[in-house]
Amino acid sequence: MKKTIFFLLMLTSIAISTEAQDIYFTRTGKIEFHSGSSLEDIDGVNNEATSMLNVKTGEMAFTLLVKSFTFKRALMEEHFNENYMESTKFPKASFKGKITSMPAINTSSNGSFNVQTEGELTIHGITKKITAPAKLTVNGGKITGVSNFKIVLSDYKIEIPGVVAEKFSKETEIIVTCIYEPRS
Amino acid sequence: MQTKLAGITISLILCLSTTLVSAQVKDTTDLMDMLDKETASHPVTNYTSATFKTTRLINAHSIENVAGGVMDVKISHRFGEINGGFYELFGLDNASIRIGVDYGITDWLMIGIGRSSYEKQYDGFMKVKLLRQSSGKKNMPLSISGFAGMYYNTLKWSEPDRDNYNTSRINYTFQLLMARKFSEGFSLQLSPTLVHKNLVPLTTDPNDLLSVGIGARQKITKRMSINVEYYYQVPGFKLENTVDPLSIGIDIETGGHVFQFIFTNSTGIAENQYITGTTGKWSKGDIHFGFNISRVFTMKKTKRKETK
Repeated sequence: MKKTIFFLLMLTSIAISTEAQDIYFTRTGKIEFHSGSSLEDIDGVNNEATSMLNVKTGEMAFTLLVKSFTFKRALMEEHFNENYMESTKFPKASFKGKITSMPAINTSSNGSFNVQTEGELTIHGITKKITAPAKLTVNGGKITGVSNFKIVLSDYKIEIPGVVAEKFSKETEIIVTCIYEPRS
Repeated sequence: MQTKLAGITISLILCLSTTLVSAQVKDTTDLMDMLDKETASHPVTNYTSATFKTTRLINAHSIENVAGGVMDVKISHRFGEINGGFYELFGLDNASIRIGVDYGITDWLMIGIGRSSYEKQYDGFMKVKLLRQSSGKKNMPLSISGFAGMYYNTLKWSEPDRDNYNTSRINYTFQLLMARKFSEGFSLQLSPTLVHKNLVPLTTDPNDLLSVGIGARQKITKRMSINVEYYYQVPGFKLENTVDPLSIGIDIETGGHVFQFIFTNSTGIAENQYITGTTGKWSKGDIHFGFNISRVFTMKKTKRKETK
């Protein structure tokens, strides 16, 4: 009997430890966006996004501080936070979703996989379902995830005043680059 | 029998504990929760930005600086006094103007020069950010800046026959600017001020003039705010026949411009003229309508990075 208990306990602890090993993590995820038109470049970069990826289930989560976006022009950064994103009211943006039909990834052998993702994107306090293509590349035990998709600002109730509307493109391109490492 | 019962109990407990453990495992697999915990364990310093819309609250300086590599061209205009009546078209016939250029050497150090039509005065200043209001990893309740300005008036001597020294044309202003953004809409500033005049009008007037400024802004929309600015001159450290300046203004921001529409009892625009040289009285209708226009030019496009 005691042996059985011990065995079962062993099993559960093994189950827990495998769970932990499946999770890949980054604190320096790069999220870029391009919202400008031919009149003006409106580009922001955030190098401090945190993200987790479960390589077994394909689940993933991203979160970032809106204030950490940097711009080439200081005033643009101020307007981004004050007028458009209202970053005091909505300090975070996040994405929670999964890779549909997650390929069997062996993190010990290099390779790359084209995948589809879907989930909920929260910007400016508004949550919308989105889908986006992505590419996962395994190299030396690290996983690089890259995705490129477009959103429409008005979907997230980000208002652009008429006077500057021509400076904005209709759709905002978002580029995600995350280099994940196993979570210790 | 006894042992069998014990065996069942043990396996039952085991089953229960296993489900408990697996339930816990399930909880931790919610990636968003894990991520939130992860970010919560690494707090970052959140620096307060945009305590005021621009570098001037109304007439005098706010704690805001222009960012490094940014040039700000400012045109300030005060019409005549409203009580001039229809003959003066309520002050619109007269004007006092200051044209100035500010430049941010770094994000925490700015300089500026200007020329006022009132007293034909040239000025130069520098403003340094000493502390930044922040929350999170580092907590700081106030933003504090230091301001120093120098002024040189080029009026013809009022008494050319006596010994006139060039240094008599010079004034200085030193200010400690302390502000707190209490909420998204409301900010308050206190500005202890010393103005030194090398030459004062009366022999009984002191050369060192002390005052404390208090200013506030309340946002009414995302791009508009109402501002108030008042300087209390300390009795015994003020010029005779001057009054405390009081100004009320509205800031309107459109893209790279900020328009400030103001009502003030001061004709002068530069700090020394405004804080220690105001003679108009609100109660008598000595009110000037005016505006400041600011246009920002980014001279150096740098990828700026907040320090962690």
